[in-house]
Amino acid sequence: MQMAAKDYNRLAGYLRDGQSDSILSAEVEREELVVVAVTSGLAELIEFLKRSSECRFSTLIDITAVDYPGREKRFELVYHLLSMPLNQRIRVKVCIREDEVMPSITPVHACADWFEREVFDMYGVKFRGHPDLRRILTDYGFRGHPLRKDFPLTGYSEVRYDEELKRVVYEPVELVQEFRRFDFMSPWEGAEYVIDKSAPGKSD
Amino acid sequence: MEEMEAESDMLLPDERQIRNFNINFGPQHPAAHGVLRLVLELDGEVVSRCDPHIGLLHRGTEKLMESRSYLQNLPYFDRLDYVAPMNQEHAWCLAIERLTGTEIPRRASLIRVLYSEMGRVLNHLLNVTTQAMDVGALTPPLWGFEEREKLMVFYERACGARLHAAYFRPGGVHRDLPPELTADISRWCTEFPAKLDDIDNLLTENRIFKQRNVDIGVVSPEDAEEWGFSGVMVRGSGIEWDLRRTQPYECYDEFDFKIPIGVNGDCYDRYLCRMAEIRESVEIMRQAIEKLETVEGDVLARGKLTPPTRAEMKSSMEALIHHFKLYTEGFHVPAGEIYAAVEAPKGEFGVYLVADGTNKPYKAKIRAPGFPHLQAMDFLCGGHLLADVSAVLGSLDVVFGEIDR
Repeated sequence: MQMAAKDYNRLAGYLRDGQSDSILSAEVEREELVVVAVTSGLAELIEFLKRSSECRFSTLIDITAVDYPGREKRFELVYHLLSMPLNQRIRVKVCIREDEVMPSITPVHACADWFEREVFDMYGVKFRGHPDLRRILTDYGFRGHPLRKDFPLTGYSEVRYDEELKRVVYEPVELVQEFRRFDFMSPWEGAEYVIDKSAPGKSD
Repeated sequence: MEEMEAESDMLLPDERQIRNFNINFGPQHPAAHGVLRLVLELDGEVVSRCDPHIGLLHRGTEKLMESRSYLQNLPYFDRLDYVAPMNQEHAWCLAIERLTGTEIPRRASLIRVLYSEMGRVLNHLLNVTTQAMDVGALTPPLWGFEEREKLMVFYERACGARLHAAYFRPGGVHRDLPPELTADISRWCTEFPAKLDDIDNLLTENRIFKQRNVDIGVVSPEDAEEWGFSGVMVRGSGIEWDLRRTQPYECYDEFDFKIPIGVNGDCYDRYLCRMAEIRESVEIMRQAIEKLETVEGDVLARGKLTPPTRAEMKSSMEALIHHFKLYTEGFHVPAGEIYAAVEAPKGEFGVYLVADGTNKPYKAKIRAPGFPHLQAMDFLCGGHLLADVSAVLGSLDVVFGEIDR
């Protein structure tokens, strides 16, 4: 059975006491242990979580980021770790500014390599000490970082095969009709209706 | 010794001194299991570096998901690991159900277990037989695919589609199973083990198959943790780790099944694990059908997440409005974040969902098991022969739908 919530509370207390320098908070939410850490000590914290006999988070499950354009520290990096020996999970979160460089955790977990490359590809977060920070999922020569909230859903360029040139060509996206973002939110459930007076009959 | 080597180097003609080949394996190669481009650096016939280039099937699923409602996002999960579609949907449903605190009816839970295990059989049949094909056998895929076809008919009879099911819904499953279907699945469960024995007899002690797989791509338990492996990739190395047992979701804790583990952590042990898992899955399917016979009732937790019954819509105005709003606006998920993982056939398939209280996810990250597995190609293939690359790749069990997303 997965660790009960009260055991997570104990582990949260242990981390708060033992790692107070690098941890801002350690809470149990929905039976999940969530730790908010500071950027500078992250690699050491992950190392500690891996080695400590109380934690033994030896498997890195995932690294991802969440973009909050409104915040001063725009990106929230999320690390999911799993301990197979102790059967417990942890989520470590770090908030960083857009221009900040993250310490890479590849020396601690070898498999962080591709996860960090993906975060770099999708969000443009750079990692210090990463052995090979290239794009991973997007096309060769792709520009921009698609999972940022300010990147349009349709992208900027599209490809097609050109019969005359006998090769694939890149062109700027041309939409036959405007991209329609349907808004079905009920007005009494917090939808924000901004009525554009200049263009009657056109919403959003 | 070094001097002698240096001397013999000097004796070699120039063209024989520098011989490091770079070759492209894929993107179109029958053993690449999809669109994978491997840039291999060869020293003679020995692989010295292996750089997988992925993303050729990248469709931006996670970006698309941010602009669609929770229910509209569900079919994207079928298109991830298209070999076992329902297992992916399961993770998405679990994430939503945990955030909204929805309990699903027991009958739905049993149907989910039944179809998840069917997905596991589908996946392992494909993997085991195509791995055999990668190392030179042509018959196993023909036999295995015939059984896969029967299972896909069961998929079709439950949801109307052979592959892109969209059958598991937040709050249960879309429709109840007709009684004839469970009877047919039950019959299949008794007939299938004999077919599996045929494949077993053909492969397990086959000299060529063993020569190509034993001691190839060895993963120690430490390496398995270091590289973020899950599923058969850790069980083949002797770690007893199966989310169905260690962190039970749905009603897996009621089922009686064994978790096969390997000893040597090579391609052959992983093959044996998969073969044993197929048998266990058939056993779980049989138990699920047995339980289903005694459990009556609805297959959807009627409420905000799910549509009202057809009969109710005919008589109740509120039900009609609810139905309309559900399929246009969709349902709202309270703000919060959750990580829900299932033991997909390939390993731990997880969804990290950040909800902001609206009808669309703020962020959804799909954690595909194949992603870290493929990443370890360089580590697994270093020092192996070129011919072993396809054997290792086959035993990793990669599908590009989920890796490239």
